[in-house]
Amino acid sequence: MTTIIHPDRAPAAGLSEPAKSREVAKSRAAKRAGGLSDRTIAWLFVAPTIILLLAINIFPLIWMIRLSFTSLNLSMSYLPLRFVGLDNFRDILTDEDIWARLQTTAQFVIASVALQVFVGFGLALLINRQFRSHSFWTTIILLPMMLSPAVVGNFWTLLFQPQIGPFNYLVSLLTGVPPSSFSMTGEVALAPWTIVLVDTWMWGPYVMLICLAGLRSIPDYIYEAAEVDRASPWRQFWSITLPMTVPFLMLAVLFRAIENFKMFDMVNLLTSGGPGSTTELVSITLKRAAFEKWRTGYSSALAIILFVTVFGAANIYVKALNRVKQR
Amino acid sequence: MTAIAKSTAHSIVEASPRAKAIAGTIVILYAVIAILPLVWIAATAFKSQSDAIAYPPKVIFQPTLEGYVNLFTVRTRQTPDFIAKLPPATTWYDKLVRQHDMVIAGPSKVVPRFINSLIIGFGSTFLAVFLGTLAAYAFSRFRIPLADDLLFFILSTRMMPPVAVAIPIYLMYRQLNLTDTKLGMILLYTAVNVSLAVWLLKGFIDEIPREYEEAALVDGYTRLQALRKVVLPQAVTGIAATAIFCLIFSWNEYAFAVLLTSGDAQTMPPFIPFIIGEGGQDWPAVAAATTLFVVPIVLFTILLRKHLLRGITFGAVRK
Repeated sequence: MTTIIHPDRAPAAGLSEPAKSREVAKSRAAKRAGGLSDRTIAWLFVAPTIILLLAINIFPLIWMIRLSFTSLNLSMSYLPLRFVGLDNFRDILTDEDIWARLQTTAQFVIASVALQVFVGFGLALLINRQFRSHSFWTTIILLPMMLSPAVVGNFWTLLFQPQIGPFNYLVSLLTGVPPSSFSMTGEVALAPWTIVLVDTWMWGPYVMLICLAGLRSIPDYIYEAAEVDRASPWRQFWSITLPMTVPFLMLAVLFRAIENFKMFDMVNLLTSGGPGSTTELVSITLKRAAFEKWRTGYSSALAIILFVTVFGAANIYVKALNRVKQR
Repeated sequence: MTAIAKSTAHSIVEASPRAKAIAGTIVILYAVIAILPLVWIAATAFKSQSDAIAYPPKVIFQPTLEGYVNLFTVRTRQTPDFIAKLPPATTWYDKLVRQHDMVIAGPSKVVPRFINSLIIGFGSTFLAVFLGTLAAYAFSRFRIPLADDLLFFILSTRMMPPVAVAIPIYLMYRQLNLTDTKLGMILLYTAVNVSLAVWLLKGFIDEIPREYEEAALVDGYTRLQALRKVVLPQAVTGIAATAIFCLIFSWNEYAFAVLLTSGDAQTMPPFIPFIIGEGGQDWPAVAAATTLFVVPIVLFTILLRKHLLRGITFGAVRK
């Protein structure tokens, strides 16, 4: 069976064998690949993707790092490019407004992810009881997550209109509060909860779907054994269900946290950061600095600070991802 | 199934009928509430302007196609005298518009925007899936030095906040004359989608046993022939699912579109919020656009049902 060349080892195997059989292996490998060795094919296949990402992501990123040390303002681009060292970074990190926006973002991330875990895990537990037609209703629940946050966020502004919006009307039917007495997107006290609510409506199902996979990965025999040991349902939940779903939950939490940290589209259209700056997430601040005030140097520095934050989170994410994968 | 087996099944792994009924009620209640906003959108598309912003909000109303007509046309207000002098309206939509003392002045921009969405969506999906399939095959079948680092690099490009990515892209595209071009948006969306495509497709290709290809290679196929005739046919479901995920991303994307396009290459998401009638947003027209925009995604979601979990977790969770 010396004629079989393992796809992985074709070039390497040839090298380690005596000269004669190496020649044979080489010529066969060459013939099979249509003149190309496996190694060449591997690189030909991977290279376009890497080149595209280098061109669209990495090259602009490096350019941006350079710009972050300048005072470039695109609305005054006639000014010569002036290098200001770390001034932009110093300005950002000592700016109380930026810290306030980061705090708003953190509060949004924590509140929305917590609510999504609550809703998502709760729904997953209920759906896992496999009542009739559960699969149909699961699909219905999943729909919001697949829709465009921008297009849907825009429409929620009609639903939240104080006088004419059906949301306020429904609330007033249930509680008796006049529908025009509160504005979900216009009030300082309500707006932060409004974006959390819409975000949960969209992404609670995401957590649900992942938790459902976690619940279904628990083999029945563990519950059977617990039943033999007369563990109460409560006990079974805390000692079996929860611990075995946690890796999946962690994955969902990390993914949602990263996505919500980057959140721009839905909030931009629903409240555009308002009222005042109560829902101004850091992405919206960045957009204003870069594309309204055209402070390119400054916003490049802010973007880099955000990159580093997300990149740190992404590292944790990939580690968690691999852990779940190994199960 | 025997009675004993049935009872054990119920008491241990299967929920009791009562527990099921309670679970079912809560889940269905949630689903109905969650779907209400979407139903409201679809209904608003068939309301007249005044019904759409009526107080109290109207659940029962006289359906009209005004919203759809307004979405596709640009209209001008005219005096009744002027309209009376015009030749009689020939089409149903002309008649509908004239009831409100308006005359259709021409088509709106919605069709070009919709076509932009289609071109950019399909273009970037095709490229991302093509590049992704090649790279995923290589990562799955060959030993690539630093493969894990490369895969992480590919994934990490998707972790970046879109607004932050848009800043240097904007500058670069200005230099290359790619701002507000379909080609520029296709390249950008391809770059974002290719990370998803590589990760998802690698998972799908990993699941295809190597033995088939090895047998084909022994039979004298070249590597490329084996890929085309053995691997691809088996990966076709995975490729289709990946393509749909890429298409949905490009279709829904807003941040890049709003920051980098303004006219020629503008897609639907930045366009829809600016469908304006007399005095603010023309809600029936906005609802009509939203409905037309969302319906394909709803259909795709139902099609994708089995692969949804995989798609949204980059292939980390399968099943």
